Amino acid sequence: MPSFDIALLQHGQYHDWLLSGLWVSLLLAGLTLVFALPLAVLVALLRISPLALLRWLGAAYVEGIRNVPLLAHLLFWYFGAPELLPEAARQWLYAGNIEFASAVVALTLYTAAYMAEDIRSGIRAIPLVQFEAGRALGFGFLATMRRVILPQALRVTVPPLISQTLNLWMNTSIATVIGVAEMMYQAAKVESTSFRSVEAFAFATSAYLVVSLVITGLGAWYHHRYPVRTA
Amino acid sequence: MIELIQTYWLYFLIGQYPKGPLGGLALTVLLAGLALLLALPLGVALGLARVSPYRVIRWPVTALVFVVRGVPLLMVVFWAYFFLPSVTGVKTDQFGTMLIALVVFDGAYLAEIVRAGIRGVPKGQFESARSLGLSYAQTMRRVILPQALRHMLPSLVNQFVATIKETSLGYIIGLTEVSFIAAQINTQVFTRGTEVYLLLGLTYFVLCFGLSRFAFWLEQRLARRRDVKPLPTQPLKASA
Repeated sequence: MPSFDIALLQHGQYHDWLLSGLWVSLLLAGLTLVFALPLAVLVALLRISPLALLRWLGAAYVEGIRNVPLLAHLLFWYFGAPELLPEAARQWLYAGNIEFASAVVALTLYTAAYMAEDIRSGIRAIPLVQFEAGRALGFGFLATMRRVILPQALRVTVPPLISQTLNLWMNTSIATVIGVAEMMYQAAKVESTSFRSVEAFAFATSAYLVVSLVITGLGAWYHHRYPVRTA
Repeated sequence: MIELIQTYWLYFLIGQYPKGPLGGLALTVLLAGLALLLALPLGVALGLARVSPYRVIRWPVTALVFVVRGVPLLMVVFWAYFFLPSVTGVKTDQFGTMLIALVVFDGAYLAEIVRAGIRGVPKGQFESARSLGLSYAQTMRRVILPQALRHMLPSLVNQFVATIKETSLGYIIGLTEVSFIAAQINTQVFTRGTEVYLLLGLTYFVLCFGLSRFAFWLEQRLARRRDVKPLPTQPLKASA
């Protein structure tokens, strides 16, 4: 086996490929996070809604998504779902970057299901009397949520949300199966073009690890800075 | 959709077996079960090392666990796929590669479950065992671990669900597990991707949802036996 060639990673074509892969991975994670958070809040609110039907809907969403592997979601959104669209919309989709779009959709739905559960348990950690007091003061359901429950729930919820973000970061690697040119894809491409597998995988591994450590560090910092207050 | 099931159900469940290698859903379950079974001793060993009083043991294992948990499973699979043959000199098949990657990956995750389980046993248990004259190893084996493992049972079932989902990555290295078979069926019938992948999702759902309900039931049962009331599961009610 040839020795480790660090120059390969410092400049040249392979360097550019790997960096662009890292960039796509980060973009994928970032975009997904932006879409997944509001969806997760919505689903969490459904799950604690006073209406049984809405609660059931929220539960069905969460269980339906979480019990199927992300890979199956990706395959469905890439190979399956576009067939349901009318011809014109499909043509438009295939003309654009459909791999990336499918990956964002699948990752968003998947991540939101996990985050919704974290938000829900964060909300449940707030004593019921807080809710009742809010209602007794004349706030509506939504106003009580927005002004009384959610601000308190945030402190409890942010740490698990950060660890879900870590999971999301690692899950972006699976998007490689539908051909999104993210880091794993580029590492495999470098491997197959240059047979420099050690260098390519070492780069990807350390890049995943560094970003994971940053996210973990962020979680530790938040926990230290905003400790959970007990009522 | 019915005729799709009628044509392909056997292929979907067991692949080309008995004429060819075992595949499909059977392979998925077999791989997940075997991986968890082999990862369990590794997880217990790593978990014990994580709480070991010796730094020489604790630190390297902690670093290892952090590294494995900080990279995607796919990364571990790739390392196993490309480097196992050059290290061992034997060409490992897809099943072996996936199994080794899953054992290493799950081992690191189980280590944290085991560690939490050990930490969950009251400290008095440890101290009283030690003062009764048991050695550290005896205390762990006869007092702490039996209690810790019982607490962990629901987490273990959940880990099995996670492992089943993880086996789907075998698709990427061409292992004929159920996702791969679904993709094969999709290329054969070609225009019915939505139905094929919906069925794939449904299959995973039935398997994993069933198991996670079982974990939930187990948790409730264990909580009852310990005479600790489980947390109330009703949602918030808007008071009129």
